[in-house]
Amino acid sequence: MIRPPSARSEAVFDDFKPAYTTGQALAEANRCLYCSDAPCIQACPTGIDIPEFIRKIATDNVKGSARTIFEANILGMSCARVCPVEVLCVGDCVYNHMGVPPIQIGKLQRYSTDVAYAEGWTFFEAGEDTGKRVALVGAGPASLACAHALRRMGHGCTIFEKRAVVGGLNTTGVAPYKMKADRSQDEVDWVLSIGGVELKTGVEVGRDVTFADLERDFDAVFVGFGLGPDGWLPDCEGIAGIHGAVDFIERFKLGEVDLDGVERALVIGGGNTAVDAVRELKGLGVPRVAMVYRGTEAGMSGYAHEWQAAKLENIEAIWQTQPTGFARGDDGLAVDAVKLDEKKRPIEGSAHRLPADLVLLAIGQGKLGELIAGLDGVRLDRGRLVVDAHGYTGRPGYYAGGDAANGGKEVVNAAAEGKAAARAIDAWLAADNSLRSQKTEGAV
Amino acid sequence: MAAAKVKPDLTTDCAGIRSPNPFWLASAPPTNSGEQIMRAFDAGWGGAVWKTLGTPIQNVSSRFGATNYRGTAAIGFNNIELITDRPLDVNFREIAEVKKRYPDHAVIVSLMVETREEWKEIIQRSEDAGADGLELNFGCPHGMCERGMGSAVGQEPKVNERITGWAKEFATVPVLVKLTPNVGDIVPHGLAAKRGGADGVSLINTIKSIIGVDIDRFVPEPRVGGLSTNGGYCGAAVKPIALHMVGALARDPGFDIPISGIGGVRNWRDAIEFMLLGSTSVQVCTEVMLRGYRIVEDMIEGLTEYMARHGFATVDQLVGKAVPSFSEWGQLDLNYETIAKIDAQSCIGCQLCVTACHDGAHQCIHPTGESRVPVIDEDECVGCNLCQIVCPVPGCISMVEVDNGYTPATWNQHVGEGATLRPKKGAH
Ligand SMILES: Cc1cc2nc3c(=O)[nH]c(=O)nc-3n(C[C@H](O)[C@H](O)[C@H](O)COP(=O)(O)OP(=O)(O)OC[C@H]3O[C@@H](n4cnc5c(N)ncnc54)[C@H](O)[C@@H]3O)c2cc1C
Ligand SMILES: Cc1cc2nc3c(=O)[nH]c(=O)nc-3n(C[C@H](O)[C@H](O)[C@H](O)COP(=O)(O)O)c2cc1C
Ligand code: SF4
Ligand code: SF4
Ligand code: SF4
Repeated sequence: MIRPPSARSEAVFDDFKPAYTTGQALAEANRCLYCSDAPCIQACPTGIDIPEFIRKIATDNVKGSARTIFEANILGMSCARVCPVEVLCVGDCVYNHMGVPPIQIGKLQRYSTDVAYAEGWTFFEAGEDTGKRVALVGAGPASLACAHALRRMGHGCTIFEKRAVVGGLNTTGVAPYKMKADRSQDEVDWVLSIGGVELKTGVEVGRDVTFADLERDFDAVFVGFGLGPDGWLPDCEGIAGIHGAVDFIERFKLGEVDLDGVERALVIGGGNTAVDAVRELKGLGVPRVAMVYRGTEAGMSGYAHEWQAAKLENIEAIWQTQPTGFARGDDGLAVDAVKLDEKKRPIEGSAHRLPADLVLLAIGQGKLGELIAGLDGVRLDRGRLVVDAHGYTGRPGYYAGGDAANGGKEVVNAAAEGKAAARAIDAWLAADNSLRSQKTEGAV
Repeated sequence: MAAAKVKPDLTTDCAGIRSPNPFWLASAPPTNSGEQIMRAFDAGWGGAVWKTLGTPIQNVSSRFGATNYRGTAAIGFNNIELITDRPLDVNFREIAEVKKRYPDHAVIVSLMVETREEWKEIIQRSEDAGADGLELNFGCPHGMCERGMGSAVGQEPKVNERITGWAKEFATVPVLVKLTPNVGDIVPHGLAAKRGGADGVSLINTIKSIIGVDIDRFVPEPRVGGLSTNGGYCGAAVKPIALHMVGALARDPGFDIPISGIGGVRNWRDAIEFMLLGSTSVQVCTEVMLRGYRIVEDMIEGLTEYMARHGFATVDQLVGKAVPSFSEWGQLDLNYETIAKIDAQSCIGCQLCVTACHDGAHQCIHPTGESRVPVIDEDECVGCNLCQIVCPVPGCISMVEVDNGYTPATWNQHVGEGATLRPKKGAH
């Protein structure tokens, strides 16, 4: 497994939400009401017993606190940093109804899990070897959570990852003011310390290894390959200075980008990747950064709390504006654009030109479902793998979770879905099923 | 990564009553019914002392009151409820049901009746239902004592000894005597129980109290119509009193039967304190009433972790471990000296320590006028701990031991052998 290099542009970022000191953690933990049937738990996709882990901080049982977190969510350390808690647990804390600041659950979770990592506490052991082996496609949060749960049940795991680095978007995508690539790598090391997980990096399933190979060598398959590459607008691919946002983010997270001479950058889109990208460009030193979005501020899909933070960093927005063409001149890029009305229809006579030195496209990522579309039983919905509540794809032995199946949510959803799929796989294997023993039809 | 250690064994044997861990529910509303106790056992409680049985009573409404402090509800709690109000045969049927389903958990039946005949009958019925032990409630400080039971028994060593003797005569399972704290010195009462043949004692029951007064209605609380009465005080606030009484019995040379510690236990740390001062099992009432059976998960985990950290393999290895160092004042080393130190880095400049030291101690922490971080005049600091207690930042003020060159000398040594004492500090 290759660790990210030490020279990375993301190093300039400080934590947007700094770690708690012990005193801060105790003060906050003692505020928690220890609610019954707590709404914060309901709001956590992995169902962490939040009042319980917080109470254990208050009683100085940090180890037990961390155990409570990891028992529900093995990726509790990264989730503490990257979860949009404002719309999850913290958003549902009862204090919101009292006009009192809600409990900072994410920061408390970070406190306990960081102590656990620093102390080298691990809580789980591999189950007794069942002799079964599961192939997991992609080494992102979904597969890691699935593999860890499978190991606790005693199944052997092999993860195939096309990149050299592991951790998926937790390593290559999340904003560095939440978590940097090396911390994601720490998590991978910690999770895999349970042992018995073989990592095959630089191996792309569908190219270097086929699903037919997997069906021959493994008893079950978990698909956690996430989303595809950045979407592009017509006629802009290949123009210097225009990049896919997720691709660009990966570049500065894993290495160095040169933004010398970039005075003005535009990010096209209004989702969370766009909001991350504008804040990241600003933090990397670009003096003027603007987000160009087709809709209104109220209609953007990026989280309001994230956009609020962006505004405080003097980031501009150009609302109700649609790019129509891109051109590269001597003095940089030019983006031709029109204004849109409430129904996102072009307004006549509104054509104008926006100058820029750098443009990032954050208009969504493609889906990878086609990779697997040829397999009987597998169903796709606009490129996303259709699964039931347990991650079952419809093809015996095939399970999926994370972005590949939910179409693009959060790390915590991937963690929950990976774990649920592990339970389903375990049940399927326990009933004496195996891909190896069944007739494989239509495997590609 | 740390090597896996042998998991500490929490199994407890308190006066012959065995339970999977030392955590028992005290006799009170959380142990009112079989349905509750089974849920508690599922949550992890090792034992339960059934809500006191006797001739079922009629309770008042309202029943509870609480002391709040700076926004924290119920640091102290008070009640005026009596013993069980449910029919005895229902209670006994449920006890049998619980024991059938949870054979390894301890069910101790708390009892309070008047005559020898009544004791005989109710003990027989308790044992028939499958009780693992009995607890004689000589402690209730309200209502029942007006009827000649509860603390009316517990406050009279002779009566205590006599009734304990009856119970031992009729019982085949272990008998614990639950002591009232409403006495000047607990020791004679513990010794009376022992003389009566008790297998162990439980303490403390609640402390006679008035929790508050409604200042507009001119009626104490909890209010029952236009009147109130004194109730029993318990919860976090009573822990120091309970700890002292447990420790006082544990260190008494004439007292050598097991103790089940009760009073203000909220978490694993509190429980360990009781155990270190001599409690073999620990009972909880108020914190469960306030937060639920679920608190036991943290208690079990915290105790297990603590035992692993200290290398205790079994609970009896820690029971009583702090008793030898609970001493008389005259045995304390008068030449031992500490002073307060402020960590300027973590100080937030609230200067609570300045006020506390100036008004409540020895006027030796001073503002500097330059920064908000105060300075300590170490020549004047008597090492009383007040500033450390009031400081809101954990670890900011530490009490540091000073080597003053004097050899240790106690008051007893000074008086008896003329041992040299260091000069007094802060006594101008
Ligand atoms: C820019 C950005 C910022 C984000 N910020 C946050 C955030 O702050 N908080 C949050 O909770 N979520 C955030 N998310 C979403 C979150 O990262 C994802 O929901 C989560 O990582 C999904 O996990 P996954 O395991 O399903 O997929 P991924 O993390 O995408 O992992 C999939 C892995 O599979 C590999 N792979 C793909 N195809 C193949 C193949 N054919 N063979 C082998 N390997 C393959 C990929 O290289 C990758 O490593 C962000 C997403 C983006 C794009
Ligand atoms: C509402 C209430 C009812 C109680 N009823 C009984 C009882 O029936 N028998 C008994 O022995 N003790 C009774 N107690 C006392 C408790 O068992 C316990 O000794 C006391 O509350 C101290 O423990 P704590 O601080 O954990 O609450 C009662 C206490 C409360 C608060
Ligand atoms: S809702 Fe808020 S106060 Fe209640 S348990 Fe959750 S974090 Fe604590
Ligand atoms: S706690 Fe329950 S029984 Fe008591 S007053 Fe409230 S609602 Fe009624
Ligand atoms: S009480 Fe503590 S934090 Fe406050 S001024 Fe004193 S030393 Fe500083």
